[in-house]
Amino acid sequence: MSTARANRMTPYLFLAPAGIVLAVALFYPICYMIYASFLDWNPSQRIGEADFIGLRNYTKLFSDAAFRESMWVTIKFSMVVVTIEMILGVGLALLLDRNIRGMSVLRTLFILPMMIAPIVVGLMWRYMYHPTVGIFNRTLTDWGFDPIPWLADGDWAFASVVIADVWQWTPFIFILSLAALQSLPASAIEASKIDGATGWQQIIYIKLPLMLPVLIVTLLLRLIDSFKVLEVILVMTNGGPGLSTEILSLRINRTASEFRELGEAAAMSNLLLIVLLILTFTMFIYNKAQDARMARLRKVEEEV
Amino acid sequence: MPEIRLQQLRKDYGAVNVIENLNLEMADGEFTVLVGPSGCGKSTTLRMIAGLESVTGGQIMIGDRDVSLLEPKERDLAMVFQDYALYPHMNVAKNMSFALRLARMNKSDIEARVKDVAATLDLTAYLDRKPAELSGGQRQRVAMGRALVRDAGTFLFDEPLSNLDAKLRGQMRAELALMSQRIKKNMIYVTHDQVEAMTLGDKIVVMKFGEIMQAGTPEELYRSPANKFVAGFIGSPTMNFLNAELVDDAGTLFAKGDGFSIPLPDARKGALQAHRDRNIHIGIRPSSFAEGPGGLKMPVILSEYIGAQSVLISELGGQRVSIEINTVAPIRAGEEREFTVQGDEVHLFDPKTEAAL
Repeated sequence: MSTARANRMTPYLFLAPAGIVLAVALFYPICYMIYASFLDWNPSQRIGEADFIGLRNYTKLFSDAAFRESMWVTIKFSMVVVTIEMILGVGLALLLDRNIRGMSVLRTLFILPMMIAPIVVGLMWRYMYHPTVGIFNRTLTDWGFDPIPWLADGDWAFASVVIADVWQWTPFIFILSLAALQSLPASAIEASKIDGATGWQQIIYIKLPLMLPVLIVTLLLRLIDSFKVLEVILVMTNGGPGLSTEILSLRINRTASEFRELGEAAAMSNLLLIVLLILTFTMFIYNKAQDARMARLRKVEEEV
Repeated sequence: MPEIRLQQLRKDYGAVNVIENLNLEMADGEFTVLVGPSGCGKSTTLRMIAGLESVTGGQIMIGDRDVSLLEPKERDLAMVFQDYALYPHMNVAKNMSFALRLARMNKSDIEARVKDVAATLDLTAYLDRKPAELSGGQRQRVAMGRALVRDAGTFLFDEPLSNLDAKLRGQMRAELALMSQRIKKNMIYVTHDQVEAMTLGDKIVVMKFGEIMQAGTPEELYRSPANKFVAGFIGSPTMNFLNAELVDDAGTLFAKGDGFSIPLPDARKGALQAHRDRNIHIGIRPSSFAEGPGGLKMPVILSEYIGAQSVLISELGGQRVSIEINTVAPIRAGEEREFTVQGDEVHLFDPKTEAAL
């Protein structure tokens, strides 16, 4: 082998281990899952013994009211939590973007929830929501109010899981927004003060528009994540009462372990994967568009 | 357009005192330039006038209004920033009209004003462009336009030309001078460049360590600097400083140093009596040297040919001296020439206080 050729091959040699890991850990399971979604397969069978039934798993899903309900719960959950988290996270960042003593400690405290393992978050909130010994209901009864059926009533249960998710993930949006805010050009904000902008006008006309690229990426990241949520809800409600909090990943889990329909679970997973891929591609395209825009601006700048 | 007065202005950052007791008056319609080396407090002073920095003590009076505690927008001023501070997401027209839109001026008036100002600044073709699509000079003009559109009582400039290349800086300086003649408003201009200060200012305020070293017209500062710092700061190439002794020889005072002895005019005798036979510092501007017979014999170490002028680096009593003369014929390094200095062009300074004598 010539030296030139060896040189050309070297990068691939170094990339190979990562490529192999990726293939084994990602592509193999995905292909396996896609194949499985065409089978009528139950856990007692080996995959080779399962019957090939074509697209029947998929057609069955669309006529399955429980699956449609679960899809709806997932979408509703994502929209609600991401909206609330964006408003709170960006709002907090705008409030805390100042130099007050102890601010760094406060900022660290704010991002603590994000560091806690989801299972622990689920357990913690389940205890707090406990109908008799939980802190919320104890406080309510101490103050003379009726206790609230936090996890026992469908609507309350949905609200409860939303609250827990907002508690855990608002900090994510908060730190990204804060980073965006702190990288804004200080002089543009000063110029707006001279131009007569009030605090609100500075936020609406200067800060938010300048933060927008970061906010859009943050929103998409959070949206992708919220579609995959599992552990917290699994621990808190396990999807109940009824189907009120049964998000898609829980449904998939139940279909595989409880209903023993591996093929159907695989089909659901594929649908979820498609939704997530659409979101990811949106983000990818947005980033590409931003890069292209920057490149164009730079080019114009060089010309003038 | 009211006059502006700074009274006993003080600024502390925590325990660090930046400006202690600043008093300054700016007449109505005057172009005042604050100049000094970095860290002298000139930008801080400007930012306090703008309301972007809080005032630790003292007052800022605009007319008979104490504005020291008011918000920037209540002070009736416009400002041009060093990095232009344009709003990156707005096009040129939106950038220029932002203040007017906030003030809820009616649309057709805004449009007319923006068009008007854009035309005077040669920006009409760029009104739809975003700042990132403009060159440095164009951005600079947009920043200027944004201030002009406001029609504010006072204009503040924070080193507005320092991000431009030398040629563009010269052009913009001239445009600024023209603009200030045309609109005659209070202008306060911060720079570290003494050429800008000299060419633009009706009044120059030289600052150092948060104190005013001297305030006056460009000519006053150049002809009679109050101290060694101002003498060294104003003028280019910078003034030469030499150690000397004041000696009285047969009724005439001489500034006598290593290798030179310059007679001083009799008119200054009275004022200098107290310093007789003492060490002093003398300052001679490079342009005060003239080539001629009977002068000081000085070697030419380096000759910088600029065109009509040449700057020579020479040596006098072991100290470097620069000399600026009209180029008659190029002078080569290594030659020895004779130069004369007129006694009335020699500046004398107290070596301890550095004040002019």
